[in-house]
Amino acid sequence: MRGSNVVGEAAVRAGCRFYAGYPITPQNELPEYLSARMPEVGGAFIQGESEIASINMVLGAAATGVRAMTSSSSPGVALKQEGISYMAGQELPAVVINMMRGGPGLGNIAPSGADYYQATRGGGNGDYRTPVLAPAGCQELADLTFTAFDIADKYRTPVMILGDGLMGQVMEPVIFPDPIDIKSLPPKDWALTGCKGRKPKAIFSMLLDLNALYNHNLHLQEKYDEITAKELRWDTAMTEDAELLVVAYGTPSRIAESAIEELRAEGIKAGLFRPITLWPFPTIPLRKLAAKIGKVGVFEFSMGQMLDDVIMAVGERAEIYFYGVPGGIIPTPSDVARFLKSSIKGDGKVGRRIEA
Amino acid sequence: MSAEAAFKKIFGRPESLKENYTHYCPGCGHSIAHRLVAECLDELGLRENTIGVPPVGCAVLAYNYFNFDMIEAPHGRALAVATGIKRTNPDKFVLTYQGDGDLAAIGTAETIHAANRGEKISAIFINNAIYGMTGGQMAPTTLLGQEATTAPGGRDSSLHGNPIDISAMIAVSNGVVYVERCSLASLKQIRQAKKAIKKCFQVQLDKLGFGLVELLSPCPTNWKLSPKEAWAWVNEVMVKVYPLGVIKDTTGYEDKK
Repeated sequence: MRGSNVVGEAAVRAGCRFYAGYPITPQNELPEYLSARMPEVGGAFIQGESEIASINMVLGAAATGVRAMTSSSSPGVALKQEGISYMAGQELPAVVINMMRGGPGLGNIAPSGADYYQATRGGGNGDYRTPVLAPAGCQELADLTFTAFDIADKYRTPVMILGDGLMGQVMEPVIFPDPIDIKSLPPKDWALTGCKGRKPKAIFSMLLDLNALYNHNLHLQEKYDEITAKELRWDTAMTEDAELLVVAYGTPSRIAESAIEELRAEGIKAGLFRPITLWPFPTIPLRKLAAKIGKVGVFEFSMGQMLDDVIMAVGERAEIYFYGVPGGIIPTPSDVARFLKSSIKGDGKVGRRIEA
Repeated sequence: MSAEAAFKKIFGRPESLKENYTHYCPGCGHSIAHRLVAECLDELGLRENTIGVPPVGCAVLAYNYFNFDMIEAPHGRALAVATGIKRTNPDKFVLTYQGDGDLAAIGTAETIHAANRGEKISAIFINNAIYGMTGGQMAPTTLLGQEATTAPGGRDSSLHGNPIDISAMIAVSNGVVYVERCSLASLKQIRQAKKAIKKCFQVQLDKLGFGLVELLSPCPTNWKLSPKEAWAWVNEVMVKVYPLGVIKDTTGYEDKK
């Protein structure tokens, strides 16, 4: 099944009953799929007049306790930042899919990793964080879609799934988790349902009182600390005997895995560290492993964005090498293998050494 | 005879309004509009089934005054937020309460497309031809020649464009069933406004499509007029640009009578 369709089917099975989005390549298969699938399960699908309208439709649906989702690609996600910031402030759960494409501006429609900053730092205003999940294949797209809705509901926060144009288009076999029974989900006592038999509720992010906003931000930060403590996800492969630790997420991690296998066939030992949550970033696990191995090679589809998080995690505990390609041009495993060999030698001929 | 039996309550606070003081200025139309909305919800028995969406602007704190569930929308997005609510909760009564900046400037796209989709939502549109909350800047509905802090010397069509009549604009769409413009500057018009709001709500209850009531609303503070002068300005100047009356009605209600 195609990556975008996988997300659509997984969302429905995870109990999503509202989708709004605006067409943008390379993720159009997702709204196309849901336009037919949502009505089958009694859900609602709307093609919004813009990304801004779509995210705000999701905000409205989410406020009533419905599992809701929108999707887009890079420039479209830029437009959704207003709604994401409001939902962070209003503590509303929702899932935002971003299949990244090349930028800045209109860029191109090829796979890219250039919106790591936008996703993990957030382009919206205010002191908030958005949990970001980075799948590396169709099975994980399905599984992490479930995870995204669960994290969103548990912590009352928007959650982003960050893939790229390739992830949205690639076809791989998937075993879907069984559909959940929506009635089995924990009740949302904060949701707006009409005030029959209770006092009216209001959901808002504006807190004019200085102390109220101060305390609200402290409350949000407590929540982000809890997410950081409980929801970190990462994966490792072939690290036990590695002389070099490759750090890559999403599509680049798949290419890196092939490159590592190429090297291993030649007797050169590299291993993989793959962040699955990009925020919160698995800082401490990476730090420990990097310190043990001593050399780190960072590979991503940008000119160095996740690199910042790696530098913050590793610091001077290991040598850091970086190989970044701007979105659109996808290196082969052999290209990446040359970078890894160069990093192991420490000659900096492919990619570059990050001076601590 | 007990006191209860001897006296009949003929006037009180609608249940759909909380017992709070509002922050609105003396002579402002919002307090009147709030009351009319609340009375209509009470009379139709809708309060406990209503989810409302206030704007960003002077009525941003409306959830402190309205006594039913409400959700804040980003500036201009009220009708998109309301769409998400209504489509997932078709049995709920969903209304937006928006000013001219919210509905006719930053939210123009959301307004036109929610209306054009024929969303079964009721929009209350407060037009005071000025940005009130931010202190008197030019609104999309500001009249030509009208002073605003960002239109010194008055609105000039060659520099600032013309006052926008968004109610007439949306009325051309088939999804829009009912649009009426009333004012909050005379007792007669206030009574008419209540009738219009109630009819607009009935449109949603009957699932006919999109309904909007525009209320020309005095803003003495930013017009720099006394409340009495502000009423006169609505009645003598503003209505010439925004004529009162039914702009569109395909409800068929009158035919049935």
